[in-house]
Amino acid sequence: MQRIGVFVCWCGSNIAGTVDVKAVAEALRSEPGVVFSTDYQYMCSQAGQEIIKEAIKEHKLTGVVVCSCSPRMHEATFRKTAQAAGLNPYMVEIANIREQCSWIHKDMETGTQKAIILGRAAVAKVNLNAPLIPGQTPVTKRALVIGGGIAGIQTALDIAEAGFPVDIVEKKPTIGGKMAQIDKTFPTLDCAACILTPKMVDVAQNENIRIFSYSEVQEVKGFVGNFNVKIKKKARFVKEDVCTGCGICTEKCPQKKVPNEFNLGMDNRRAVYIPFAQAVPKVATIDADYCTMLKTGKCGLCAKVCTAGAIDYTQKDEIIEEQYGAIVAATGFNPISLDKFDEYAYNQSKDVITSLEFERLTNAAGPTAGKLLRPSDGKHPHTIVFVQCVGSRCAACADKGKEYCSKICCMYTAKHAMLTRDKYPDTDVYVFYIDVRTPGKNFDEFYRRAVEEYGVHYIKGMVGKVSPQGDKLMVQASDLLANKQLHIEADLVVLAAAIEPDKSARSIATMLTASMDTNDFFTEAHPKLRPVESPTAGVFLSGTCQGPKDIPETVSQASAAAAKVIGLLAKDKLTSNPCVAHADELMCNGCSSCANVCPYGAISYIDKEFRMPNRTTAIRRVASVNPAVCQGCGACTVACPSGAMDLNGFESAQIIAEVDAICR
Amino acid sequence: MKVAYFPGCTLKTKAKELDRYARKCAEILDVSLEEVEDWQCCGGVFTTSRDEVATKLSSVRALSAAKKNNNVLVTVCSACHNVIKQTNYAMQNDAEFAQRVNNYLGKGEEYDGTTEILHYLELLRDKVGYDNVAKKVINSLAGKKVAAYYGCLLLRPNSVMHTDDPENPTIMEDLIRALGAEPVIYSERNECCGGYITLENPEFSALRSHKVTESAYNSGADLIVTACPLCKYNLEKNGSPIPVVYFTELMAEAFGVKEDANA
Repeated sequence: MQRIGVFVCWCGSNIAGTVDVKAVAEALRSEPGVVFSTDYQYMCSQAGQEIIKEAIKEHKLTGVVVCSCSPRMHEATFRKTAQAAGLNPYMVEIANIREQCSWIHKDMETGTQKAIILGRAAVAKVNLNAPLIPGQTPVTKRALVIGGGIAGIQTALDIAEAGFPVDIVEKKPTIGGKMAQIDKTFPTLDCAACILTPKMVDVAQNENIRIFSYSEVQEVKGFVGNFNVKIKKKARFVKEDVCTGCGICTEKCPQKKVPNEFNLGMDNRRAVYIPFAQAVPKVATIDADYCTMLKTGKCGLCAKVCTAGAIDYTQKDEIIEEQYGAIVAATGFNPISLDKFDEYAYNQSKDVITSLEFERLTNAAGPTAGKLLRPSDGKHPHTIVFVQCVGSRCAACADKGKEYCSKICCMYTAKHAMLTRDKYPDTDVYVFYIDVRTPGKNFDEFYRRAVEEYGVHYIKGMVGKVSPQGDKLMVQASDLLANKQLHIEADLVVLAAAIEPDKSARSIATMLTASMDTNDFFTEAHPKLRPVESPTAGVFLSGTCQGPKDIPETVSQASAAAAKVIGLLAKDKLTSNPCVAHADELMCNGCSSCANVCPYGAISYIDKEFRMPNRTTAIRRVASVNPAVCQGCGACTVACPSGAMDLNGFESAQIIAEVDAICR
Repeated sequence: MKVAYFPGCTLKTKAKELDRYARKCAEILDVSLEEVEDWQCCGGVFTTSRDEVATKLSSVRALSAAKKNNNVLVTVCSACHNVIKQTNYAMQNDAEFAQRVNNYLGKGEEYDGTTEILHYLELLRDKVGYDNVAKKVINSLAGKKVAAYYGCLLLRPNSVMHTDDPENPTIMEDLIRALGAEPVIYSERNECCGGYITLENPEFSALRSHKVTESAYNSGADLIVTACPLCKYNLEKNGSPIPVVYFTELMAEAFGVKEDANA
């Protein structure tokens, strides 16, 4: 028989306001096994913990029930308290009478009754608790960063700087991400490439960093400290270690009509290409969808001109297997498709462009060598209309847009408007907005400069229609402050398209068993207090895969994620959770039901010799759980048809006892 | 396939071609349009005043009458369709309104909102199928550049109509393609022609209509098709540079049942 102590917490007025804590302590005193019961204002405080320790010693307690807040909050605290008093920490149970009781009830009587029932269930469970000893698992001291944009780059550099090896997996042929496509950065207007490319070079030169470019994560197995990852290195038909990046093949390739994705399809590249001059790694890639040699077997020009002999048409996809202690998701974002926003005529006119296309049009390395020219006729536009919130903050159009604010558009539009007026003072620039949102260091000052010094026409209101007429774009919009309708004859319309997580994020989240929100942004472990960790242990979040962010914020978060990874990799061993499944081999018939439902691949089968009647033996196939891989989810215990599977700390008998106590 | 059919007043007077060819083409497509007995005018506009019940009764009677014909009511005029569909929506979603309407109806004639109301174009797309429409084409319209004009009533309000995406509709373009012609996409195809405002402010209506016809013409269209008699009236009255015909006429031409080939 256990000797159980019950400790009811007031949590100030959080619990005591709707639950009669004294009545709860009193009622639970007479439960089976309970030898001590008390209440206190703040059980988690130093003084409260002392009460528990004293009681354990004085009453020789073998089990403890704390009626308090959610176990997610203070289970660890009270387990440590019990341990300090010499009790096995797994002999402590929490009855959640705050989140699941006092906070959701208004009536004192109902609240008190429910608290008693919850406490009773916890007591019933502790009666069946057994001491558990956690195991230890080693930590693989290597990190994986998925995504090589500025977020992935910063995280990798910081981890490498602390002395741990890092691998970056990037699906494109080069790292750099969206920032490499951007012209200038707000609010300082320094050139994006000038501050990004040195970092890319640092990555390439850092001994602790390996870059797997043109590669994708294919499979993730294992758990915190011991992830086993398969990476698919896609065939680029160029030997990476031989290619010198001279670029001759990209000049000689006869297939000239491939839309250049780096310039968003506004010009063409060859079938063999290097995305941009400062690409890292600076090696060529052959686009198998367009290469004549790979499609028909006739051509081979690039191989002929390559003095290094790097071209290899027979290259195959390669699978690399590697162990990691921690994984960082840095999968980034994309602007949404504007196919469903035809009121802005994006698909009808070449002169209606997105803001990212505008970045390329003003970039010296872009399709117009930095001259702002209309895509349709190459003429200089004299009237430019910027439309903000295209698909953002669009609760009414959730079927095609996003409900959230994309956060970065107000600032980059102010930047575009200002730079246009600075470089081309003969241009009239209009910006249509719902609200101008510029919180951030030196952000509002920047926007005010666009309005006051550069004479950009900021108009509160939305554009209703863009209608191409001849070589003009007729823009119909409302001015909400003047309360009138505007008709503007524009030469160029720039749409600030909402941003959304990269499409690959969902499959990566599935592989990592990391959770996502309804918009496919990764969910953080706690929105305020654990913003760079995923709820899945060992998985960390960097950059816009967690939510819309500008570059300064992305870099801060990337470094924060790196700090968390370093903290993990610095440990030699991790304490593992002893609440794992185990099979009763005598009851198991080896049917595989449990292995089929196990999301972690923790269950395998072994052939075991059993003693049978009349001194005979028999070999039977039975389930065997790898306690290091098992996460204690309990799926197998439900699936097992013979009841052989059970979960330490949550045994079927304990759950039934809880239910019985509730129904009593 | 047997469905109830609500032609509407204009189709008996000014817009006879819309009606006549809708019936002819339906015959070819093996759809039997059963005209609702003693139908009355839909009211012409779906009034948004809360206590207007009387003007909606004729719509409800037509919806109720469709029970005899597989519970499907087909309309062809955009305006009738808009009024009847919005009335049906109100019957389904506004219990108080439904109760008041049913109080006007005779005993046993209460309407429960279960009739499916389809525009003729939806009938073609969803029930007949455009591939089956294409099979009946005798005179291919290949080479003809046709601008579909939706106006506003066919698509809006989208939360009720669900005809097609109000900003990027394809239902008429897909029909034009099925008939062998080439659809022309132009920016004003889902803008208003001015509608009834033409009665008290004809200049405004002219301004709206010009925008539409000019946009279609400048995009290279030879012809505008519409499903709305009022749109056709406004576009023509305000001097469209290209002919404006009903979509049913275009279909009849492709099916080889058009009586006068001038249009």
